[in-house]
Amino acid sequence: MAAERGTAAEALVGQVVLPGDLLLLPAHYNEDAEGERLRLRLSAGAAPQGRLLCGPGLRRSGAGLLVTKCGLLRHRPAGGGAYWVDSQQKRYVPVKGDHVIGIVTAKAGDVFRLDVGGSEPASLSYLAFEGATKRNRPNVQVGDLIYGQFVVANKDMEPEMVCIDSSGKSSGMGIIGQDGFLFKVSLGLIRKLLAPKCEIIQELSQLYPFELVLGMNGRIWVKAKTVQQTLIIVNILEACEYMTAEQRKQALAKLSGN
Amino acid sequence: FMQRGLDSQTKKQLEEEEKKIISEEHWYLDVPDLKEKESCIIEERSFLRCEDLVYGRMSFKGFNPEIEKLMIQMNSKCKEEEIEEDDKMEADVSDEEMARRYETLVGTIGKKFLRKRDQRVLKDDDEDDEVEEQNSNTRPNKRAKKMFLKPQD
Repeated sequence: MAAERGTAAEALVGQVVLPGDLLLLPAHYNEDAEGERLRLRLSAGAAPQGRLLCGPGLRRSGAGLLVTKCGLLRHRPAGGGAYWVDSQQKRYVPVKGDHVIGIVTAKAGDVFRLDVGGSEPASLSYLAFEGATKRNRPNVQVGDLIYGQFVVANKDMEPEMVCIDSSGKSSGMGIIGQDGFLFKVSLGLIRKLLAPKCEIIQELSQLYPFELVLGMNGRIWVKAKTVQQTLIIVNILEACEYMTAEQRKQALAKLSGN
Repeated sequence: FMQRGLDSQTKKQLEEEEKKIISEEHWYLDVPDLKEKESCIIEERSFLRCEDLVYGRMSFKGFNPEIEKLMIQMNSKCKEEEIEEDDKMEADVSDEEMARRYETLVGTIGKKFLRKRDQRVLKDDDEDDEVEEQNSNTRPNKRAKKMFLKPQD
């Protein structure tokens, strides 16, 4: 197979890339010059300090990056620079460090089995809660919802979760309380909702008091004061993936009017 | 291996032999050093480190006050400028009120631990230090106390 001529990564930021595309990086990321690959341009700007982060959907290949998922190419210049592919999918693959909502399916001795929507159930030790000791066990039943993060998640091992962070504090993780409504959306919507200034969340927060937990595995848990309010929020969140901003504002205006 | 009673000479010989054996057995690469590229690219499978994502638990309009506090805490780790604003907003009691309350509080708790002699101070409504009150107000208080008030019929 002949070596493909790639295109410069900067040129494709914000555009659709397909698997198999090769992205070339500016010369200061590479140590030695390989005469075969064409360097489209030497970056005239300041060389970024530190290493380049090659995010989900991209793979390192020689001097450039190979695209493995189709989507939009995103770039973040801060902190050494990062490139990743913003792709859409519904199926979750456990990734270390992600906060997810899991459903307890079984208790096996000292370990709980949680369903996180991946290929395998994740395991959660009963000591991984804040303030848990061998005598003081957390009160977790089958069917409970748990918000935790992955500490081990790769394709060779069963994923493991914990409900405390590195300093031993729970910081919001743990068993999610009674009532509320759990539903599933696509992963792209979750990332949109978790963006720093998300309009959807801001507009919803003006409506009623409610509580929201977003898991990176596509699961959202909502709780409001009445069942009707909860269902309204659920419907808006499910539908807002495919609504434009004006349609959403119209829908919310109708609701706040009622 | 290390035997007692061995002469120092024989020990040295043994050590030398061991070193020779080890140096022959040590593997080393004959291959010319491939320039090991210290790659400047790190692969990452998590979106969390690429994008600036907010914490997943949220609560609005006071539905769950603990989570609202947590939200401010977690999100202020990213944006430290907003911390000052939030602190001001959060204060239910203003600073002036706090100062006033604290003054009275110090007085009331302090009075609890006064001895009998010092209880003249209790009559005063001022909130100055007890020492000052004792020095300045003992005389008028003595006189005031010594006067007997006739009960009214």
